[in-house]
Amino acid sequence: MIQTLFGSVPPEPNLLDRLKAGIQKTRTGFVERLEDVIGGKKEIDADLLEELEYTLITADIGVKTATEILESIRQRVDRKLVADAHEIKSLIRQHLLEVLEASERPVPRVLEPPAVVLVVGVNGSGKTTSIGKLASRFKQEGHSVLLCAADTFRAAAIEQLEIWGSRTSTDVIRQQAGSDPSAVLYDALQAAKSRKVDYVIVDTAGRLHTKVNLMAELEKMRRTAVKIIPAAPHEVLLVLDATTGQNGLEQARKFTESSGVTGIILTKLDGTAKGGIVISIARELNLPIRYIGVGEKVEDLLPFDPEQFVASLFE
Amino acid sequence: MFDNLSEKLQRVFKNLRGEGKLTAENMEAALREIRVALLEADVHFRVVKQFIEAVKLQAMGEEVLSALSPTQHVVKIVRDEMIKMLGSHQAKLRFANEPPSAIMIVGLQGSGKTTSTGKLARWLSKNGHQPIMVSVDVYRPAARQQLAVVARDIKLPIYAGTADETKPSELAKSARREAVQTGRDVLLVDTAGRLHIDDQLMTELQELKEQLNPSEILFVADAMTGQDAVKSADEFHKRLGITGVILTKMDGDARGGAALSIRQITGQPLKFVGVGEKFDALEPFHPDRVAQRILGMGDMLSLIEKVEGSIDQKKAEEMQRKLIDNEFTLEDFRDQIKQIRKLGPLESLLGMMPNIGPIKDLKNVKVDENEITRIVAIIDSMTPRERENHMLVNGARRRRIAKGSGTSVQDVNNLLKQYAQARKMMKSLSGMGGMLGKRMGKLKLPGGLGGMFGGM
Repeated sequence: MIQTLFGSVPPEPNLLDRLKAGIQKTRTGFVERLEDVIGGKKEIDADLLEELEYTLITADIGVKTATEILESIRQRVDRKLVADAHEIKSLIRQHLLEVLEASERPVPRVLEPPAVVLVVGVNGSGKTTSIGKLASRFKQEGHSVLLCAADTFRAAAIEQLEIWGSRTSTDVIRQQAGSDPSAVLYDALQAAKSRKVDYVIVDTAGRLHTKVNLMAELEKMRRTAVKIIPAAPHEVLLVLDATTGQNGLEQARKFTESSGVTGIILTKLDGTAKGGIVISIARELNLPIRYIGVGEKVEDLLPFDPEQFVASLFE
Repeated sequence: MFDNLSEKLQRVFKNLRGEGKLTAENMEAALREIRVALLEADVHFRVVKQFIEAVKLQAMGEEVLSALSPTQHVVKIVRDEMIKMLGSHQAKLRFANEPPSAIMIVGLQGSGKTTSTGKLARWLSKNGHQPIMVSVDVYRPAARQQLAVVARDIKLPIYAGTADETKPSELAKSARREAVQTGRDVLLVDTAGRLHIDDQLMTELQELKEQLNPSEILFVADAMTGQDAVKSADEFHKRLGITGVILTKMDGDARGGAALSIRQITGQPLKFVGVGEKFDALEPFHPDRVAQRILGMGDMLSLIEKVEGSIDQKKAEEMQRKLIDNEFTLEDFRDQIKQIRKLGPLESLLGMMPNIGPIKDLKNVKVDENEITRIVAIIDSMTPRERENHMLVNGARRRRIAKGSGTSVQDVNNLLKQYAQARKMMKSLSGMGGMLGKRMGKLKLPGGLGGMFGGM
């Protein structure tokens, strides 16, 4: 079952297939190399552990997490708890799965619409594209959606969102480029209330998490939202590019501090990047991954399922 | 969040004080720390391995220079090696013999191609060229419009295309014609973001290359990229033969280890670094600075250059004279603050400082930009005579100033105290003369800088 802000909907057919198709390229690479490592050698030795380390680190899982996983394996090997190399595979899978599942959170139930979804992230992570896809997804679930063009900073950002709006037949609330994002948000929430829509998805300008004044702007937007809809924003989704390295953890930390991130959209998984940093993020910040982006088409946004994700990595 | 490499090494070598030689034993722990630091900075696993080997070879058995501690010595070896790997000289842009030169801007989605195109156009025009831009991104919604808005903002020409030009090759062709007809010497071609494994779109780029015969193909890479950087850069290089790299988003806190990976895998030089949202935030690449950054040792040179670039030379000289003669008034203090603000947010300035010694604590200082606005407001609320001579400001005047600037008497008191401190400090600094005086003269550092940081 897929959880949404309004309860569960039945899963679409072929979800697993599409997920697999989406991260096919992710699997090649990770799995191939792991199979290389494990298939070829039977004995567990220093070489094997180094190869495993290579596999984990080049997936951007991070030195700390990788070391920790390998350390636990090393201990089991020392205590002769692991007999052969194949067992290592399931041990790693189990470990990654545990980390991801521990950070899973149910989507908060919204009793009284509109549900406000604030979308934040650094420049170029794929916020606007993800919003277009998200709007389409919500609509397919039978909900009404309103988009809010609160990226008033980047050139042609509003126009970009409007094109996604017309692609998904969704209205966009906008103002002039350069106007106060909180003012646009205010308008959008008022409109959403009077039109009684189910979802408002708010596009924000990309910002580096180190820019204190821009992060403060997000706090202001939160305050504005609360004034109109006390429970808003119901979800704050951080859009994270799967190619991001270790800096992703700091991004997640800073955005959580300033805008109260409740979940992650992991984009660009259709490339060769593994997006392993989400493991560190799940571990350190307990943030669930809600969706993954696997292409440029409107339907290329899939709900994240740790089991399927890890399973398809290791199949 | 990252521990500074120097500090880590210091810990490693703590027990080895007095050792005159670097041996296999005392180097091992150090190399482990270097390895972790590089992996945390997103340098690719294999590149790290090569790097460690190179450093090991260099360091082993070497006498520790008498002037340096083992820590400093190893850091020096590491830094020198990294600068060597990053490319030891600054690579210049190449132009065609016959204008217009075409420069193709390529890269993954969201790496910052369009912004970089605008910044590069601006940079070229500041350096005596007449660039014209064209966007051949016919895929992403509003991509061409984005470059049009950028062109308008920086007041440089763009070939906008006609309604029936829907193919990148058509747009590029017309743009070149436009460049020739209007006498522009550089044509910047902003291409659509694409995945390196997207065969169809990569073929499109190869065709564009054939057609344009560009003098440069610049690969735009996000400084936050992780281990995947080698794959995308390698594939773009194999298909297109990139001639250089623009590293973007270096104004964040990513260490930018991808730079080293990309340089190693393609052998092509880094040419520019993007350091901010504004269109003049593009700097030529300096290997030494990026090396320091990857190692977490700050970027003082960029800071100094930024200060030098933004400070009015004449004003600075006048200020220096005033400082020495102790004529530094509140009005000057306000000018100083305003000049520092021109440098951009203080947070980013502090970010460039090395992570060592007393400056380290500054990093955690939350600079309250409002505080600065308040200081300026208070000084604005004074009479010219009060600004000339702060001794005049008695209790009644303080109350008036507080009221006028919307602050409290306490705020006014604080400011006067800060000012008096800054003045005293400047006086003692200028009194030291000799070496420091000379250095201050060379850098033209605004005098108020020290006082202001001290007060916060």
